[in-house]
Formats: sequence, structure tokens, C-alpha cells
Amino acid sequence: MIDAKRRTLLKGSLGVSAIGVAVTAGLLTPGTLLANWPKAAFAATDTDAALKDLLGSASTENSDQVKIKAPDIAENGAVVPVTVESDVTGAKSIAIIASGNGTPLIASFDLGADAVPFVSTRIKMAKTADVVAVVQTESGLLSAAKPVKVTIGGCGG
Amino acid sequence: MAGNIKIRAKTSNGVTTVKSLMSHEMETGLRKDKATGEPIPAHFIQEVTAKWKDQVVMTAFWSGGVSKNPYLSFKFNGGEKGETVEITWVDNQGQSETGTAEIS
Repeated sequence: MIDAKRRTLLKGSLGVSAIGVAVTAGLLTPGTLLANWPKAAFAATDTDAALKDLLGSASTENSDQVKIKAPDIAENGAVVPVTVESDVTGAKSIAIIASGNGTPLIASFDLGADAVPFVSTRIKMAKTADVVAVVQTESGLLSAAKPVKVTIGGCGG
Repeated sequence: MAGNIKIRAKTSNGVTTVKSLMSHEMETGLRKDKATGEPIPAHFIQEVTAKWKDQVVMTAFWSGGVSKNPYLSFKFNGGEKGETVEITWVDNQGQSETGTAEIS
């Protein structure tokens, strides 16, 4: 496959400058970790169902304490940069949803004790839709939405 | 199949910002092979664990909806130059990679 050759080439050229590579050792076995993967939430075909499965509730409150940064227009729906941050205290997790995707829940980030409520990643969007961020706090779910226009859909369909 | 994880961790004013780039196809399982018409099997990172000094600062659960060659940036309170940040991912086919970097 072309991809395999390209990857080998890239890996070889990056090998010298690689910061650190180690195949995971004993402590983390795939079985243990994946047991926590929220399968039903990721399979849900609408946002409410996904949130209910993931967080126990789809009851969110729009809040300007949740900030989403995403392009107004995504030239390539396969790679849409999204940054979510919140200044709310006691944030436990952040979920990113692409409302127009067949399975809208894209990612969920559990924040450790010292984590700052900030995540940035790149997501696939099937079509023009709202990117929704949901921040879970002790007192409930806060959310914000940002409409993103997609010119070329990114789910490979 | 799996590449390495590139990590940059910088601390400033008591907050460490980590930026990482992982090599992974992040295949959704929805695409079809154009030649055969067969669906290309789903192959994507499901879980990412980020640690600072052996303490988990963030756990991410992903679907195939995260872009290929995933970029991930996060922040935590604390972190001093020289301390280690470690990122591990596990994918739906049981493969796994770990990368580490020193905070600068």
C-alpha cells in the first residue's frame, strides 16, 4: 500500500529526531484501558443520546464560560481544528460533538486533578453544522456551540 | 503501522502546555476501498492517557471522528523544567504507543 511505504519513509526520517518512542510496557494493557471506552455514547446517532450515555444527562446550559475556537469555514472537513476552554472551576470533563456527523460524539476528555480546562485537537466534520462543547461540572453541564461551514465533507463518504 | 508521538511541553507562569502529534490512520470504518468496494476496517485511537510525573493529568476517549494523525494539546497547573510528560495511546485493534518528553 502506498501509505505503508510513505509511513516507513517518514518514520525513518523522523527516527533520528524522535523525542521518545517506547512500546507500552506492562502497566497499561489494552484490555484494561478499553474497558472504559464509552461505546454506546460513540455509537449514538444523535447528540442527546450521546450525552445521556456519556454523562448521564443531555440537559445542558448554554454558558459563555465555555469557549470554542473553530474556523468559520473549514476548507477540509477531514481536519477541522477545534479548541475548547473554560474558566469554570471544578470542570471534570470536556466533550466535543459535531452535530452533523452520523455519530456526533467525537471525543471526551477527562480532566485530572491538575488539569486546566483546555483541549485542542482536530476533528472530522461530515457537513456544515455546529461544533458543540460540553463541560461537565459538579453542578451540571455547561455548553457552547459554534457553527462551522464545511465545503468538503470529512468522513470519507 | 504506528508511528511515534511528537511532544512539546513548555511551562510558563505555573502552567505547562503540552502539544502532541500522533501518527495514526484514524480510519472510521465507514470508507470503502475504491478498488474492491470492501469497507476499510475501523482502526483508530480509542484512548489517550497523559501523565506528568506518573500522575494522570488527562484521559481522552476518541472515536474515528478525530482527524488522521491526531493533534492534541492540553494544559495543567504545575510542571518544572526537566520533569517528564508521557503520552500513551491505545487503539481499537489493541495497538499501543508511548512517547515522553521533558518539560522545557
